[in-house]
Amino acid sequence: MIDSYWESVLIFLAINTVLALSLYLPISAGQLSLGHGGFMAIGAYVSVICTTWLGWPLVAGLAGGGLAAGLAGAVVGFPALRIKGIYLIILTMGFGEIVRIFFLNFEPTGQASGIGGIKHLTTLPLVTLVAALMLLCLARFRHARIGRALRAVQEDEVAAEAMGVDLTRVKVGAFALGALGAGIGGGLYAHHALFIDPAQFGFFRSAEIFLIVVLGGLGSYWGPVVGAAVVTLLPELLRFVQDWRMTVFGTLLILCAVLRPAGLLSGRRRAAA
Amino acid sequence: MLLQQLVNGLMLGSTYSLIAIGYALIFGVLGLVHLAHGEVFMMGALIGLQIVLWLHAGPAVALVGALLGTAALGVVIELTAFRPIRARNGPIFAPMVSTIGVGLILQEVATKAFGGEQVGFPHRLEPVTWRLGPVTISSVQVLILGTALVLMLALHLWVTRTRMGMAMRASAESTLTARLLGISTDRVILVTFAVASALAGAAGVLVGLSFNAISPFMGIDMGVKGLAIMLLGGLGNIYGAMVGGLLLGAIEVLSVAYLASSYRDAFVFAVMILILLFRPQGLFGVGQVR
Repeated sequence: MIDSYWESVLIFLAINTVLALSLYLPISAGQLSLGHGGFMAIGAYVSVICTTWLGWPLVAGLAGGGLAAGLAGAVVGFPALRIKGIYLIILTMGFGEIVRIFFLNFEPTGQASGIGGIKHLTTLPLVTLVAALMLLCLARFRHARIGRALRAVQEDEVAAEAMGVDLTRVKVGAFALGALGAGIGGGLYAHHALFIDPAQFGFFRSAEIFLIVVLGGLGSYWGPVVGAAVVTLLPELLRFVQDWRMTVFGTLLILCAVLRPAGLLSGRRRAAA
Repeated sequence: MLLQQLVNGLMLGSTYSLIAIGYALIFGVLGLVHLAHGEVFMMGALIGLQIVLWLHAGPAVALVGALLGTAALGVVIELTAFRPIRARNGPIFAPMVSTIGVGLILQEVATKAFGGEQVGFPHRLEPVTWRLGPVTISSVQVLILGTALVLMLALHLWVTRTRMGMAMRASAESTLTARLLGISTDRVILVTFAVASALAGAAGVLVGLSFNAISPFMGIDMGVKGLAIMLLGGLGNIYGAMVGGLLLGAIEVLSVAYLASSYRDAFVFAVMILILLFRPQGLFGVGQVR
């Protein structure tokens, strides 16, 4: 059997996979987002409120957190219709900051000191199941109508719309579904970390999720899985360099970006030149 | 009261402007986002602090040292994290990965070299305060506002009057055309990085002087805010970034004075999102959204 240390690492790996897959969906519709930490925070807080305060089972808590984050995603998704590229990246970044600052000031959730004493409900089989289900959904999506619509929108919005793709539905839908996934990921995270505070969901978290997706590559839905494995396991494996592990990790990131600019699993198709 | 708040806001805003200008310069030429720009700002503050501590020099020497140090840092970042990706025609998000890497390295190096705690400049630099009618101004405020304005004026003259500045504007217009006209765009980009980073370094020293809170992690918030301001002023528009920074500084200080102070940063981002929705090209941007 694996010891508890590696079990914990594997749980984080699966959670990162869930988060990355949920960001992969909007990104594959051409919506780069640096605000996923915000959706994750909403999911984490709401699910903790459901399980700890209301005594709901974890699955119900996750559903609550996911729905709350998904709703927020739909609200943010509408402005995202009008803007794209760098503008969207910065808008989502601003959204993430607003969510963090909200929880930093919101008294019922403990402001900066956060919520502690969360029950440990996230288990390895459960997160693996969630990650696998998401992967399965994405795989089914790819060759379904919705997946083809997503790719069409990413290639050329105007052409896609001319072909009868409902731009609003596809883009807002992808964004809201992505937020829903991030909310579920946040709930899973909270019930494993056992303590949440606003600082855990800041810009750095958003950047990390973004990093996982982009590092893995946008060519296939296995990209986020590979990215999550690299970003979760590498710092653990680099423990032998001890104090300099972020430096080594940072250097490896630069090398990856330079040697495989389109991602580790860069597919046949270059995404967005 | 209102006047006093405005003065404080302009002081804060002038440091925002310096950072946002850096983003605008780099975005103007490359069309890319530099996610470690906040860490360059942080390094400027730390370099300035070390100069004051070890050489017992005044703020002027610290400022010059930070300018030179961060300019060199900017050149290194361009050569390692941007140029190789450009050479391979990487997608726009590849430099975001590499600069996140650069940011992690700079944070850890700063923590190792200078310790992780918040530190401030020594209090030898006693501020003198003057009263001008209803407004109180300290010598530190004058120094900050003065330095920021001088740097912005210098930048304006550099961009409009010198060959290199014109070459930079030409490259920002179209790198390809600039290259066809005989401009060495690689050199222009290198100089642009040096200038942008030096401005961030100067802002670091100025913020260090005014808030006495220098830490390896001070760059994160500032980086995010600077990026928002650049967008507010219109992507890649340096004059927009100047005005946007001052404006946001004023908004922030006024929102602290008249609204809930703990939500100041949220307020700033909400204003940014609203402006984005109604004027996606930014306050001072012209033409189409790219």
